[in-house]
Amino acid sequence: MTSLGGDFSENARAAVTDPQLQRAMAHVKTGFIGKRAKAAARLPEFEVLRDASRDIKDHTLAHLDLYLERFETQVTVNGGHVHWCATPAEARAAILDICRQAGARTVTKGKSMIGEEIDINAHLEAAGIVPVETDLGEYIVQMRHERPSHIIAPAVHLTKDTIEADFRAHHRDLPADRQLSEVPQLVDEARQILRQRFLDADVGITGANFLVAETGSSIIVTNEGNGDLTQTLPRVHIVIASLEKVVPTLEDATTILRVLARSATGQEFSTYTTVSTGPRRPGDVDGPEAYHVVLLDNGRTDLLDGPFREVLRCIRCGACMNHCPVYHAIGGHAYGSVYPGPIGAVLTPALLGIEAAADLPEASTFCGRCESVCPMRIPLPNLLRHWRERAFAKKVTPGSVRAGIGAWAFVARRPALYALATGVAARALAWLGRRRGRLSRLPLAGGWTRFRDLPAPQGRTFREQWAAQKSARR
Amino acid sequence: MSGNRERVLGAVRRALGRGGNADTDAAATRAVAERLAGHRRGPIPARSRLDPAAQVDLFETMAREQAATIARVTDPNAIPATIAGYLKTSNLPPQIRMAPDENLTDLPWAGQPMLEVATGRAAAEDRVSLTGAFAGIAETGTLMLLSGPTHPTTLNFLPDVHIVVLRADDVVGPYEDAWERVRAKYGAEGLPRTVNFVTGPSRTADIEQTIQLGAHGPRRLHIILVGEKG
Repeated sequence: MTSLGGDFSENARAAVTDPQLQRAMAHVKTGFIGKRAKAAARLPEFEVLRDASRDIKDHTLAHLDLYLERFETQVTVNGGHVHWCATPAEARAAILDICRQAGARTVTKGKSMIGEEIDINAHLEAAGIVPVETDLGEYIVQMRHERPSHIIAPAVHLTKDTIEADFRAHHRDLPADRQLSEVPQLVDEARQILRQRFLDADVGITGANFLVAETGSSIIVTNEGNGDLTQTLPRVHIVIASLEKVVPTLEDATTILRVLARSATGQEFSTYTTVSTGPRRPGDVDGPEAYHVVLLDNGRTDLLDGPFREVLRCIRCGACMNHCPVYHAIGGHAYGSVYPGPIGAVLTPALLGIEAAADLPEASTFCGRCESVCPMRIPLPNLLRHWRERAFAKKVTPGSVRAGIGAWAFVARRPALYALATGVAARALAWLGRRRGRLSRLPLAGGWTRFRDLPAPQGRTFREQWAAQKSARR
Repeated sequence: MSGNRERVLGAVRRALGRGGNADTDAAATRAVAERLAGHRRGPIPARSRLDPAAQVDLFETMAREQAATIARVTDPNAIPATIAGYLKTSNLPPQIRMAPDENLTDLPWAGQPMLEVATGRAAAEDRVSLTGAFAGIAETGTLMLLSGPTHPTTLNFLPDVHIVVLRADDVVGPYEDAWERVRAKYGAEGLPRTVNFVTGPSRTADIEQTIQLGAHGPRRLHIILVGEKG
């Protein structure tokens, strides 16, 4: 996986002052949160379904080797092929090989984060094959040569006027005086253009929300129907999926499906949930003639053994970013990684190394909203804390921060010194801020007070007040 | 290729500590075999635990909520006239592409001389398709459609309008009951090439979170519910 580059602090600074992005992000704050809350409240069993979903994945991960073997056997029995790939390069080679053997000139694509992870579009293009993203949001970001800024709503960082301008610039064969300022007109235009692409494609590539060991099936969950046209019309269907997508049975997939759409978009169930097993059968008059599953590791096995195994429960619903105040403020691109938001901040250091992504675990207020809504109960703040510890231990954290933390640790380990230091500091700050009740400048904390004031302490430390209250109660 | 397989699987096995203790490994194999054979159900929402007639009503309510339209007929022979009427009131051309399914082809189409009926897979120019359904799931108003010679998958996705005939008798409560019916038909481990769960017409919210119907799949989903359950 490649980093998108850029310095996180600079990206974030640019993002908070970008008026177009801020207008677009306002829709995230209001839309997703209310819809999820409503869907969860409507299903009395929602919380027990979250527990059951977590347990299913925990069981599967503890037996991952056996379920993967079973999955492979069943795919083969049904006439499909499994391609095991340790790295993105191996996955790309496997996909290119299948495309070349099929004599492919165009490839349609359903939405896939693994596709982003292995950067498949650039490699198909380099091989002379035209990749066409068919999910509306993906189609828009591909047109703009951007990455998705959200794992289920790729173009969430854009407003409709920006998209109108892009469509006018790219769809040059259409009349220039056409109406295109409203959402239905934009959706319709994309539908007309992509229709022919679906019919022309030689190979269709989709991701997978689940792989089912019992039956050797892949499952995709969509609302648009693009994934189904992608995998039904071309001669060859390639599924790209990472190892941890496997679940034991159809019943297990069903349980998790009950929390997926509700957590993601607040729907009771997505419009299309499709279970695919192998290629066209005798007597079938449509469907692909070949079915391939490209199974990617790319760092997952390293996570299996240790505290980060829990992150492999993730079903990519996007609830964590939908509820994250940092994501709301800066959008997905500022993270500079394929996966944004809290899940991205945990996953990216695992995939790229903490040295390459040390800023991301810092991009959290530890407010805990991500964990409170995660359908798979992944303890995201705790895992972010793990990364911060590792960054500190590996000395990736900047020197000034390390010195500050070191000084604080020295004082904090000496209770008497701590009481004295905080007592003096609280009184000094209270005196300094006595007029306005807040401080707009502070020595050594300019980075903080440059953007906001520090409320002045009331004169006594928390520990002093605690002790006073305790003795008063007695 | 097989080298990659051994490398990836080997890494998984190492991470899980396989090969260290024969008893633990054997227990793991047993646990997986039991899990696969057991088809254990998770928590099933109580909302669909209803008497048969109420289950069909729940299916209808939930499907309508997802923007599907529904017509109920008691006699299957009324289906052709119902479809002709629907096409007329919806300002659609009197042409349908029908699944080569005897339950549909045997209906009295001759009674609708104005209606052009072709069978087979969907072509790019087809505006309206007609298929059966394997089951309806009351829990969320979801159709379960199985691919096969009598149900080409393209009919579910390519045309602008998808009309589905669902027998009230085929409405079940939760998804799990539908899986049980699939296994009864295809055997314990068999599945048709695709199982399509469809809940309402195609939609997208990719532009400013505004829900718009008819993204790539059908703009309209019309369900004809036939008969009573029980």
